[in-house]
This record gives sequence, structure tokens and C-alpha cells, in this order.
Amino acid sequence: MVDTIREANDLQTHQTRDDAKEHTMKDTKEWVKRQFYGEAIIDVQGLDFYYSKKQALQDVTIEIPKDGVTAFMGPSGCGKSTFLRTLNRMYEIIPGAKATGKILFEGEDLLKTDPVILRHKIGMVFQRPNPFPKSIFDNIAYGPRIHGLRNKKKLMEIVEQSLHRAALWDEVKDRLKDSAFALSGGQQQRLCIARALAVFPKILLMDEPCSALDPKASDRIEHTARELAEELTVLIVTHNLQQAGRVSDNVAVFLAGGELAEFGPTTKVFAEPQDDRVADYLQGRFG
Amino acid sequence: MANDQLEIKKEQDLMQGRKKRSATQWTAFTLLGIGSLFGFFFLALILYWVISQGASAISWEFLTTAPKNLAREGGIAPMILGSIYMTGGALLVAMPFALGSAIWLSEYAWKGWWLRAIRVGVNTLAGVPSIVFGLVGLGLFVVALGFGVSLLAGMCTLAMLSLPILIRASEESLRAVPRSFREGSLALGATRWYMIRTVVLPTAIPGILTGSVLGMARAIGETAPIMFTATAFMMSNPWPHSLFEKVATLPYHLFGLIKISQHYNETRHIQYGTVFVLMVVVTLLNLTAIIWRTRVRRKKAW
Repeated sequence: MVDTIREANDLQTHQTRDDAKEHTMKDTKEWVKRQFYGEAIIDVQGLDFYYSKKQALQDVTIEIPKDGVTAFMGPSGCGKSTFLRTLNRMYEIIPGAKATGKILFEGEDLLKTDPVILRHKIGMVFQRPNPFPKSIFDNIAYGPRIHGLRNKKKLMEIVEQSLHRAALWDEVKDRLKDSAFALSGGQQQRLCIARALAVFPKILLMDEPCSALDPKASDRIEHTARELAEELTVLIVTHNLQQAGRVSDNVAVFLAGGELAEFGPTTKVFAEPQDDRVADYLQGRFG
Repeated sequence: MANDQLEIKKEQDLMQGRKKRSATQWTAFTLLGIGSLFGFFFLALILYWVISQGASAISWEFLTTAPKNLAREGGIAPMILGSIYMTGGALLVAMPFALGSAIWLSEYAWKGWWLRAIRVGVNTLAGVPSIVFGLVGLGLFVVALGFGVSLLAGMCTLAMLSLPILIRASEESLRAVPRSFREGSLALGATRWYMIRTVVLPTAIPGILTGSVLGMARAIGETAPIMFTATAFMMSNPWPHSLFEKVATLPYHLFGLIKISQHYNETRHIQYGTVFVLMVVVTLLNLTAIIWRTRVRRKKAW
């Protein structure tokens, strides 16, 4: 089923570039017929989020599909990045941040588990590429080393494999010892993806991963995200409508105040949003 | 016509106003400029004074031999060594404490009255007169802990004195490590301590070291904290030779030449020579730190 979704999505992707709206309208019927996912990987129930007194998410309830790419969209300050950061508990480094509710993952409420263990399973890529001031090799080996892996040969295997998965291997295979800062922005971001993959997460969170990159580099990241979705769950926050259209199978739209307004297959949401405010938001973006 | 004249009049007024204003401005700038010259003037005066009076004392012998004939002849090599040992040792003693508290303050401490209290404490420690450190050092290290008047007691006292500078310098460099590095590490499942060890500290270490060299430059000229606890004038063996023995130092040697020795007038060039050497050492330390810092900054890519 995933494949058919993807096929439809690919078909859509090519034509979206010419005329996003008209095409999605045509394709919609086919989409609406289909259930949008098989299995859920994360089940969020009544999630509220606060930065000190200020509420950033309001009673968010959503089942996140295991297959494909799910995009999270919405205007600035709507809480989409906050939502992503609750999923691996990265919000905890901000003083005063608090999440209440339930987020079920692997049968447990992840808000109550050990964040260190959780983050092994749910990796993250940030807005700006943030390689460590170390060599390319050491950047990627960082995660496995946390787990205590010291064996050079095994580390090398993982590094190579992760770089392949992030589509960076061919560009850096001869200079693994060079500083990660010698890479271009797009390469750095793919390095960060490889770094996250090196601990074999089940979910990869991407928080506006292309916002600091030029279109060509963005394109490669999107491509990588699609390929990764074959083997793990990819959740991506983006404010770029075209990007969401190209890369995601499902999309969730947040609105100001941290309310989850709409969730469904991307083409369906784009073509026939059920919520008027979501329609306005999408329209506004189309100009 | 009347209108035109009015315009011209207005313009003239405006010009006059501008002239007046620029005159005031000129006066203000000149006065302020003269004021700022004073800062430079005193520096130049000190340098000129010390160099003109002390340069004649500087010789290879002065830099490499011990004093002779009641410090009226010979050199000050043991004092140079003693001062370097003392401050270097102070740095070694203080650094673990400074680093520990800086890590705690920047990485672990939660906001609130406790953190504020510790900050205030550290800042107040920086403002305590140095003679107070001398007396406390005498009571604590020399007497209570039984180190005696010794190099070790002096190191510990100087360490106490330089602690606030070191803590502040270390904390600043730790805080300067970008949040994105920390996030990157934590998101991979690192514990806080693992993150500090592998990402934060390695990134901050150059800054911490520069800061500590600057702290050392500050401490090397201190006299009050070491005069009761560590140092002596005219010892039979002036070379530093044991942690538990008294040690000769540059600032106290000067003090001795002027206040203890009977030959104040005969040793004037040695006094200025000693101060000159002390200033050169301090300048060298500062220069090292500055060069180091610029090089690290240039290498920084984030």
C-alpha cells in the first residue's frame, strides 16, 4: 500500500511543479478513496504544552502513521516545532517548558520514559546544520560511541553505511578525517542526517531541515527524506507548502495558538481542506 | 519677493545655529580627547620611568644569577623562577575548582536564589582586598593546615585569590559554546555529562586556557597575599627548591629592597630593573593569551 501511495505521490510531485493546485484537484478522488495509513507509530492523546505560563500546544490528539513522510505545517509560532520537540523530549533543555498529556510510543508513554533512551530511537535533524567541531568520521561515530562502541572496524562500517543512507558517501569518502566545517551547508545537513542515522532510530524528526539551504541543496534533502521513508518513519516540520507537497504523504496543519486543525493525506488536505482557517492559510500561501 | 527673503533669512539662521552647534561639538570633543589622553599619558609615564631607571640594570647576569652582596649586586633569576612557580602552581591548584564550579554554574545550575547567591559570592570574592587573602592564607594554610610559610601555602593563597577570575573566564567560554552543539549531542541520546565531556569542554578549552593565562598575569604581581604566607627576602638559598620552603619572588624582592634592606639608595637601579622584568613577564603572559585567542577565533567556523 505504501508503494501505491508513493507512486501517486511521485506522479503528483512531478506535476505539482507546474501547477500545484490544479493537479491536486484532479488527483484528489483517487486519494480520498484510500485510507491514509495502516499502522500508527505514535499516538498522541490530549497533549498540552507550556513555556512557563504561555500555552504553545492545545489538546493535540493525533495518530502518526508509521509509513511514509508526515509533514507538520502552520504559520510561525503555531507550535509545530514545539510539537516535534515533545516527541523526543528535546524541549526539556528549555527552562520552564512543560508537556502534559500522553504520547504512546512502543506501548509506553514517552513523556514518562528516560529521555536518553528515547532519543536513541527517535533521532532529530535541526533547522540549521549543527555538526560538531570534529572530523566527518567523528561526527558520525559520535552516536555509536555514546553506546560504548569502540571497535574501529565496526565504527567504520556504521559510518560508511550511514553516509550512504544520507547520500553523502561519494562526496566525502576520501576526506573522512577533514573537519565537518569544511563541507557546504547542504553537505553539513546531510552529515547531520547521517549522524542521526548512525544510531539506527525508528523515527527521524526533521525540524525545517532546509530553511538554511539553497533550493538545490533543499532538493537533495527532500530526496533523501523520501528515500529514508522506505525504512523508517520521517516526520518533517516545514513552512514551505511546495515542499510539504513534494515530500509528504500526510500532512498535519497547526494554527496559531497551538491547535491541530487538520490532518490527512497531503493531496486531500491541500485540495479540500475541511477547516476554513486551514483553507485560508493554504490560500494565503498560494498567493 | 518677501517670501524669498524670509527663506534666505531662515537659511542664515539655520547656518548660524549649525555653526554654533559645531563649535560646541568641537570643544566637547577636544576636551574629551584630552581627557582620554591622560590614560595614555600615565601609561607612557610609567613605562618611561621604569625603562629609563631600570634598563641599565638589565644584563645577562641580572637575568641569570642570584643576588650577591646583600642584593646590591648580582641578579634576580631565583625571584623570576619563584614567581613563575608560585603563579603556575596557583593555577594548577585553582583550575580544578574553577572548572568544576564554572561547569556547574553554566550547565547544571537552575535559576533561582541559590544560583544568584553563588554568583554574588563569586563576584564578592573578586572584590575582597588582597591583603585579606594574605591573612586568611596565613591562618588557614600556614598555621591550621601546617604548611608553614612555604611555596605551597603561597600557591594555595594565590589560587584562592584568582579563583573568581578563573571561574568567570571559564564560565564565559562554556556559555559561548553554541546551543546547537549541545542539542546535537543530546538528540543523539547523550547524557548531559557525556555531552559536556565530548562537545562542550573540547570546544571551550582554548577560551578557558586563555582566560587562565590572563588570570595568572594578574596574580603574578600580587604581593600582599604572599608576603605572610610564602615569600622571604635575602634567603641563604634563594632558588626555589621545595614546596615546603620559603621562596623568593619578584614583587617581594622589590619590597625587601626598599623596606627591609639598609641599602635603599644603592639598589635603586636594581629596584627598577626588578619592576621592569616583572612588567615584561606580565606583558608576555598577556600577549600569549591574546595571540592564542585570536588564533583560536580565526579557526572557529561556527
